[in-house]
Amino acid sequence: MKLLRTAILSAAMVTAGAAYGQQAIKIGVMNDMAGTYADLAGPGSVIAARMAIEDLGDLTKGWKIEVVGADHQNKPDIGSNVVRQWIDVDKVDVIVDVPTSSVALAVNEIVKEKNKAFLVSGAAASDLTGPRCSPNTVHWTYDTWALANGTGNAIVKTGGDSWFFLTADYAFGHALERDTMAVVNKNGGKVVGSVRHPFPGQDFSSFLLQAQASKAKIIGLANAGADTTNAIKQAAEFGITQKGQNLAGLLVFLTDIHGLGLKTAQGLIFTEAWYWDMNDANRAFAKRFAAANRGVHPSMVHAGVYSSVQHYVKSVIALKSAADGKAVVEHMKKNKTKDALFGEGEIRVDGRKIHPMYLFEVKKPEESKGPWDYYKLRATIPANEAFRPLAEGKCPLVSG
Amino acid sequence: MAQAAQQITAPAEASSHKSEVIAFAIMVLVLAVLPYFVYPPFLMKALCFALFACAFNLLIGYVGLLSFGHALYFGWASYFAAHLAKVGKISIPYWAGSWQWLTITNSPMVPELAIFLAVIGAAVLGFIAGSIAIRRQGIYFAMITLALAQMMYFFALQAPFTGGEDGIQPVPRGYLFGLFNLANERIMYVFVLVVFLLGFLLIYRVIHSPFGEVLKAIRENEQRAISLGYKTDRYKLVAFTLSAAIAGLAGAIKPFVVQNASLTDVHWSMSGEVVLMTLLGGLGTIFGPVLGAFTIIAMQNYLAGFGQWVTIIQGGIFVLCVLLFRRGIIGEIANLLRIRL
Amino acid sequence: MDINLPALFGQLLIGLINGSFYALLSLGLAVIFGMLNIINFAHGAQYMMGAFVAYFLLQFAGLNYWWALIVAPVIVGGFGILIERAFLQWLYKLDHLYGLLLTFGLALVIQGLFRHQYGSSGLPYQIPPQLTGVRDLGFTFLPNYRAWVVVFSLVVCLGTWFIIEKTRLGAYLRAATENPTLVRAFGINVPRMITLTYGFGVALAALAGVMAAPIYAVNPTMGADIIIVVFAVVVIGGMGSIMGAIVTGFGLGVVEGLTKYFFPEASNTVIFVIMVIVLVTRPAGLFGRAA
Repeated sequence: MKLLRTAILSAAMVTAGAAYGQQAIKIGVMNDMAGTYADLAGPGSVIAARMAIEDLGDLTKGWKIEVVGADHQNKPDIGSNVVRQWIDVDKVDVIVDVPTSSVALAVNEIVKEKNKAFLVSGAAASDLTGPRCSPNTVHWTYDTWALANGTGNAIVKTGGDSWFFLTADYAFGHALERDTMAVVNKNGGKVVGSVRHPFPGQDFSSFLLQAQASKAKIIGLANAGADTTNAIKQAAEFGITQKGQNLAGLLVFLTDIHGLGLKTAQGLIFTEAWYWDMNDANRAFAKRFAAANRGVHPSMVHAGVYSSVQHYVKSVIALKSAADGKAVVEHMKKNKTKDALFGEGEIRVDGRKIHPMYLFEVKKPEESKGPWDYYKLRATIPANEAFRPLAEGKCPLVSG
Repeated sequence: MAQAAQQITAPAEASSHKSEVIAFAIMVLVLAVLPYFVYPPFLMKALCFALFACAFNLLIGYVGLLSFGHALYFGWASYFAAHLAKVGKISIPYWAGSWQWLTITNSPMVPELAIFLAVIGAAVLGFIAGSIAIRRQGIYFAMITLALAQMMYFFALQAPFTGGEDGIQPVPRGYLFGLFNLANERIMYVFVLVVFLLGFLLIYRVIHSPFGEVLKAIRENEQRAISLGYKTDRYKLVAFTLSAAIAGLAGAIKPFVVQNASLTDVHWSMSGEVVLMTLLGGLGTIFGPVLGAFTIIAMQNYLAGFGQWVTIIQGGIFVLCVLLFRRGIIGEIANLLRIRL
Repeated sequence: MDINLPALFGQLLIGLINGSFYALLSLGLAVIFGMLNIINFAHGAQYMMGAFVAYFLLQFAGLNYWWALIVAPVIVGGFGILIERAFLQWLYKLDHLYGLLLTFGLALVIQGLFRHQYGSSGLPYQIPPQLTGVRDLGFTFLPNYRAWVVVFSLVVCLGTWFIIEKTRLGAYLRAATENPTLVRAFGINVPRMITLTYGFGVALAALAGVMAAPIYAVNPTMGADIIIVVFAVVVIGGMGSIMGAIVTGFGLGVVEGLTKYFFPEASNTVIFVIMVIVLVTRPAGLFGRAA
């Protein structure tokens, strides 16, 4: 019973310095506010966007910048309705975050049609900078290709050469499965099967039994959030890991590890774009963020929202207008990105933000100093290798 | 059960058709003026649901059949229309020694053809589901229609052409009859309004035809209708198919309005919503479902900021309507003024 | 077809577990329908409440799973009694469909309130320590907790059947269903019996909810979809007999498990397909009496 839910969770007005009120930017953060992805994105993304603007300080002088939030409940139709109404009625200039690739792909089209801007942090489908790329979209934090490239490579090279996929049945799961299969095959491994589970799922036992019957060495979890954590828990319940099969979480967030506990999660290997305990700037951000977000530490999605919003606002201020979304995104691509959390980087012509990715391993309980101290760094994937080469994406914006 | 059917509606059979004509004129006037004041996409969506509720009301209000799975026809027609307008490929499997695919057409269709075929599709689904469901009465009928709709929901989830969780998007609006550019918000509104009014008048016509009189006789007392020589099952099936087709018409224009087709429209909660719209507006009244649909859609739209409270309020309305206002808003007004609406 | 026995038995086992929930829930529906002539659409919401009450008991009262098995059904059953007194009792003289609509509305309210408060991602509930661990049966792994679910729900179902079909209390109940006036003439308080029956049916749903909590996580939407499958189970079994509800529940769970092995794509729809076949061949259901 939920056709449209523009939950204005926080209509925070952030006015820096003297408010002249002439120039305005309205930022719409849309994601899953109460469901499967609420912890890894959710209200935290609104907080991150607001912090991004605060931290720009004097730069925003004379600008009235407003952040609104809405819940898309992981449904493309609800997301489309919210975005249309945001742009048509509420005059929102930029849509931010949007985890759940199916919703992000729908929003991608609308934003292009209405010539606004779209900063993707939560969604993963690499199609957003591939066949479905748009001159109005920047894909910031990570994508399925980068996850597959990082985790898939590492696992196949350490002997995990036969795979069975447990895949969330929507755009994101399909893309992650496709991209990981490609990596597995390229490295000489083989994929023995896959099964698609409803999204969001509750009971994974019958799918796990199919995976078990396949005798694959690696069960690749091409899903996210609560789906991943439930699958991991139930695999333990059915003794799947005891019988020698290993789970590969292809997309795992800090908040998932927190929910699982180190006892269950230890040893998991996965790829992420950002971790709070890597340098002082990240730690400082995490401390402020956690204070505002019930103690929950920031995930890479929150960090991506922060950085992308800063870069966008800088471009709008440089252009003195947010009206032409395409022009703003073009400006964002032309200028190097620089912020406290992602450091220096760039945005490619296809909309892909380029930065290093990191391969992490979950610590053993005895290695952890306390809550939120969960990862140890296994490898850094340099920026020029972390993302899909421009030529392979089939993005129409890339001229041959 | 015949006894029971008698109680599901409180028909206000009184005075002449005059009140209906006046009410119709007011409705048309309001709908013509409203887009100058209210966000048109919202109105168009509400009109789709209004027609859907009218189609549903044809069954519950005039035959006494509670279909708890009407999202099936609405949602599937929506998928059909969206697919035909966006992709257009129709493949039919046939047996020639082994299973083969016969591809009939392979290019996107014009809106009017996509809508027409979607309505046919909904009618066929309605005919099949109806022939199964009318084998049982009352509460079983409701549960069977619900279960069938849930079955088709799972088909929609898995069928390749529906896009599963992703849905079909974006759906192009295209040119109606090759002339009218539906991308223009104003032309689109007029189109939706015209379709709504045609559907509405068709239902009105059916209700007041001799066929409609038989339906009402079945509602009042099915045993008596049988003893008078009517093959009531046939009447029920025709009414069911017709209702499904009109629900399909509403569903078929929706993807052109919102430019996507999704699982939301085939889910059981949508079936529940249309029951609520009709119940709130007034079962067995002609204008009730329209008012009910606008009220519910407006509530969802403007109370959206309250999150789950929308669902809670809707549930509360259900409870209140059943306990205190079984006639619904329009039904109560009609009863008060002793007119027919 | 190359049959992989461990996988087949595994799916059958999962089918049996799902079947336990179908049986408990359809049993509750059948008991309520038998007495009140109401299809209790809130049954799924009450099942969900059972799981939540178990969670609350653990969090706020320190009562573990075993206490929850007893206390949660009592609490939710009491809530059911309030619902019956406040709402349902006014509907008995009306068309049965109004009962369906009212309980549907109640289900929305209850689910909405829980979603509002707890989101929809689910709360964890641990398997009781006595039942953790896995038994290696050679052909498959059997988690102890799931084995417990099957055995315990079978016991509850058969116990309910025994009470209704074989005891004096059950005889009154059945008699009151057939002819309330006559039973009242024997000096039995029929309205109170109706109220308690509703409470009992709701308690069965809550019991199923407590049992489901460690398997599915405690989620406000956990009862929303299962209830429709249970409706199909009830249509297939026919609501005439208690034993019918039990047998159909377990049986369809197993069929679903088989489908998951042989033709996984159809596992969601198989019960509905069976419903259609049964309706076409035996409109009154497998165990039902003709209407």
